[in-house]
Amino acid sequence: MNTLLFIFQLLIVPALSPLGIGFIRKVKARMQNRVGASVFQPYRDLWKLFQKDEVISEDASWIFRFSPYLIFAITILIGASIPVIAAVPVALDFLPSFSFLPAGDFLVIIYLFALMTFFLALSGMDTGSAFGGFGSSREMMVAALAEAGLLFSLLAVSVTAESGNVVAMVGNLQYLPLQALFPLLIAFLAFIIALLAENARFPVDNPATHLELTMIHEAMILEHSGKRLALMEWAAANKLLIFILLAVNLFFPWGVSLSYDSFSGLLVSTLLVVGKSAILLFGIAFLESTMAKFRIFRVPDLLLTSFVLGVIALAISITF
Amino acid sequence: MYRLLRKIALTAKVVVPEKELLLLDTETLGQELSSSIKKLFQGSLSIREVAAGSSNAEEQELTALSNSYYDIERFGIRFVASPRHADMLFVSGPVSRNMTEGLRRTYAATPDPKIVVAIGDGAIDGGVYRDSYGVWNSVSDVIPVDFQIPGDPPSPKVVLASLLKILRETEKSTDVSSENK
Amino acid sequence: MEFLLTPASVLLLFAFFFIGSVGAVFIERLFSDNGKMAGFWGHGFALLGSLLGLAISVSVLFFGQGIAFTLPTVFPNFLLDFRLDGIAAFFFGIISLVSALASIYGFGYQKHFYGKYRLGVFSFFYNAFIASLLLVPIANHALFFLLAWELMSVASYFLVVFENQKEENIKAGFLYFLMTHFGTVFVMIAFFLAYKATGSFLFDDWRAATGTITPLIQGIIFGAALIGFGTKAGIIPLHIWLPEAHPAAPSHVSALMSGVMVKTALFMLFRFFFDFFPGAPMEWGLVIILIGSLSALLGILYALSENDIKRLLAFSTVENVGIILLGLGAGVTFFSIGLESFALFSLAAALYHTLNHAIFKSLLFLGAGSVVEATGTRNMESYGGLIKLLPFTAGFFLVGSLAISAFPPFNGFASEWLTFQSLFIGMTSAEMIIKVVFFIAIGSLVFTSGLAAACFVKTFGATFLARPRTEEAKNAKEVSVFMLLPMGILALLSFLLGINATTVVASLIAIIASIGLIRPVTLQFPFSEFIQARADFAAILPLESIALLLGLVFLLSFGAIWFVTRSRKIVVGPTWDCGTPLGPRGEITSGSFSRSLVTIFRGILRPTRQSTVEYHDEDMRYFIKSQEIRTSMSDPYRKGIYQPIGVVLHFLASQARRIQSGNVNMYILYLFLTLIILLLWATHV
Repeated sequence: MNTLLFIFQLLIVPALSPLGIGFIRKVKARMQNRVGASVFQPYRDLWKLFQKDEVISEDASWIFRFSPYLIFAITILIGASIPVIAAVPVALDFLPSFSFLPAGDFLVIIYLFALMTFFLALSGMDTGSAFGGFGSSREMMVAALAEAGLLFSLLAVSVTAESGNVVAMVGNLQYLPLQALFPLLIAFLAFIIALLAENARFPVDNPATHLELTMIHEAMILEHSGKRLALMEWAAANKLLIFILLAVNLFFPWGVSLSYDSFSGLLVSTLLVVGKSAILLFGIAFLESTMAKFRIFRVPDLLLTSFVLGVIALAISITF
Repeated sequence: MYRLLRKIALTAKVVVPEKELLLLDTETLGQELSSSIKKLFQGSLSIREVAAGSSNAEEQELTALSNSYYDIERFGIRFVASPRHADMLFVSGPVSRNMTEGLRRTYAATPDPKIVVAIGDGAIDGGVYRDSYGVWNSVSDVIPVDFQIPGDPPSPKVVLASLLKILRETEKSTDVSSENK
Repeated sequence: MEFLLTPASVLLLFAFFFIGSVGAVFIERLFSDNGKMAGFWGHGFALLGSLLGLAISVSVLFFGQGIAFTLPTVFPNFLLDFRLDGIAAFFFGIISLVSALASIYGFGYQKHFYGKYRLGVFSFFYNAFIASLLLVPIANHALFFLLAWELMSVASYFLVVFENQKEENIKAGFLYFLMTHFGTVFVMIAFFLAYKATGSFLFDDWRAATGTITPLIQGIIFGAALIGFGTKAGIIPLHIWLPEAHPAAPSHVSALMSGVMVKTALFMLFRFFFDFFPGAPMEWGLVIILIGSLSALLGILYALSENDIKRLLAFSTVENVGIILLGLGAGVTFFSIGLESFALFSLAAALYHTLNHAIFKSLLFLGAGSVVEATGTRNMESYGGLIKLLPFTAGFFLVGSLAISAFPPFNGFASEWLTFQSLFIGMTSAEMIIKVVFFIAIGSLVFTSGLAAACFVKTFGATFLARPRTEEAKNAKEVSVFMLLPMGILALLSFLLGINATTVVASLIAIIASIGLIRPVTLQFPFSEFIQARADFAAILPLESIALLLGLVFLLSFGAIWFVTRSRKIVVGPTWDCGTPLGPRGEITSGSFSRSLVTIFRGILRPTRQSTVEYHDEDMRYFIKSQEIRTSMSDPYRKGIYQPIGVVLHFLASQARRIQSGNVNMYILYLFLTLIILLLWATHV
């Protein structure tokens, strides 16, 4: 049974993440009065990419060939360690070292994402194209500044929930009275800004642009093709879904099941998580349809706002 | 903002229905795609547009494909920025001499399996620039071409209908020789 | 094995260095082979001595038994008192390990010097340097310590100016000499005040005299120690010598200076605040934390703006010293408010980061040295594509970059995680001032780690990836196995120290507790899922679990994708360049990579930009013939602090010069007057 849960946790995020991207694109299309592609289109895109050949630059080294696998593996690991429909630490019975619990520490999550960004930036620079190098430079700038807001908002939740592990945080937060969760609203704003920055959404980056000078994430994957491109896009979708799940399950934790035993609990939890995620995804799509991308040197102001909001949230949560 | 949202919600969709496109009598010159490739690209196709000395008329028409009337995205087709991401190359223009190397590199940078479509009369046989000293006259002189969409420029409806015809399974036999313009 | 715990082994250790140093000079005279034999002799004995030192420190730590002995000298007040307790053995071990590996590196690096410089002289100072580095933790008498400290400074000075054909090395050495003696003055002030308060130079007597020193004197001692040892450690604003001197020295000496010499200063700070005079008031802890936060953030910002690979690594040392000081300051603060178990935890974090920094900074410096050796330049703007030409160096440098950017499962992450946890604890304390300072510290640490990752993407990317930018980079060749072996060992250690974090932390806590000051007690943490309240701390951060899972997921996904795509081909072609041929100028350079961050932080970094334009027609000024743009960073510390001090000193000196008339009779008159005044004073008092 435990092995099945282990595999389930590993597979749930990569299985659902293209749906999240498809949903955002569908909402954007509808807001532009178009029909748009179906919500399952990203699955078709990925499937097609896996069946294409690759063209790899002669200047690229083993880092280019190896990074997509590592990046994808990191997103799967983090996806397995966060609470999706149940906040339960899963480990293999016969091999207790294989446990998702340590990877659920919020500092570990932040730093694993930073590791992913590191290799993404390196693979952007590896081919020696001007676009890739530029994209890497901007990506590191955004990542370095967004990390502060992300850490402070998660720290505010951690202090309120008295635990460093996201799985335990969900459980602890459910039992707190509502007024204790007030600082989490401010932390939520900080987290949302960090979400937009880390996942290359508006107003930090445009995920659908064709102009290289307005790309950050897209610029780094311009040289990838075939299965490596599929892995990079899938990893980006995984990352977005992980951030969305953290946002809805940590800051609005009511209803998340605390065990895998009760079927009705799981059903309620699934419906609530899907509903909350849909609202947040709709919000992101709405934001992308109604505002313009910021000029690159206005982005640090936004990220510092996220930092300040995080500091305020943390200050409130440790004073009360 | 509220007025804008209200307008978005209340405006009716005016997209061209698929049936109307399939009924359109377009002539796409070229060999039929193999069935496996059709299956591969039917759900999802990425196009990279290369302007090889064109008059930009074709590009103007192609930009209309992403609007809410033609809405090419609903068929799973989208335009991409890098040839490495592309499955299909739309080449327009009679290929000026300066663009020879660029076009060849773009072709080499696109991974297999790929489809090359010469779009517009200029790309097929030179059009109004035919036999000029600065052009090659035809895209097929530079890179192998799979399909040709004639027109000066072809309207977005024709391009979209031709694309669907290329990608879908056809019941009638391949009749590639009619000259309807 | 028992031999290793006797004083004889320590003396044998220093005998090795003595033979290595003096013998090398003689051997150079004997053989005329460009100093090859002298170099091997010197590096070989340094290696032997370091290995013996490592063995000694491991046995002290393993058996839990220290070494202490005294050698008398002709002076009554000056005793050669040696004492190797737990903490000293820990630092002894770090120093020995890095010295041993640097000496192996030296075997391959020394051919750099054949014919140009004298290897006998180099070996002399190299052995003296390592011997003095090892003397510093083991000295138990203030004057003996000062002797070792001064020997360390002088030996390293000569090593910094060793390549004396380059003008900038001489200047760097001079600045280093000035600054290190500036620091030594403050160290001496601290020592002499302690002597005056306790009546003895022996550190043991200082330990016994706790509580009898007035708070004012203790405060001045702490301040002087902080400035004095801080200069050697490289805290802002006393760091200006560090980015000049560390790059100027030969690469394995840079590794020693950056990885180990700054640690000796931190070791003494630890001694002052926890061993000699425990119970420092809370304000000192907060001051140390603020200094650490400032050094960490400014250090990495300056590193980001650098294009010289060794200067960048030197600034990164400033940053990491700041992080270590965060842990140290947190320890002092917790100890002062009675939270002894948390103090223990913070100190373990600081010591862990000390160990880790020694490992990965040495690795990075050795890697940088290999790159400099292969290409002949330190300028990152002329590197590129080296990953294909120097594959092993690139791989080890990558491990070093991953470790220093604090990514799991490497050691840098473990110690930064611990530092974060200790800061989180402080943040929840009762007093407002502590909360505010710890807030600042956490903010600084998180920005620092984000910027460090950006800095090392730039370093690794600009150096090793893409295409070579110059002819030198195109012709680079992989370095000798003597230079690769120590890098490989250090890379492996980075990984092992990371995944065995729980064992390391438990050992460190035992080492700190061995001072007898802080009893290891069970910890109750306000939060943190897997630090359980157990005395053996065995559950801290199971990084090996994360590494295992990551490896498993990687293999599974790789296997699945390989299976699905096994019939796809990979074609190698030129980089997509929009159809135009890409040259090396199309790649991003190290300067432009960090330009966006430099622009954001321009208030702190103050980049300057000079533009010179030449027109075709000077009167019309329409058509430009050529334009030259120079970008650089201004140095606010020199302009704002040190140059004004220099001006004042110069003014005072030129005023004092007035009494130097050149007339011998005047000087005799001065002597006479001074003598009379002193006699009068002596009779009156």
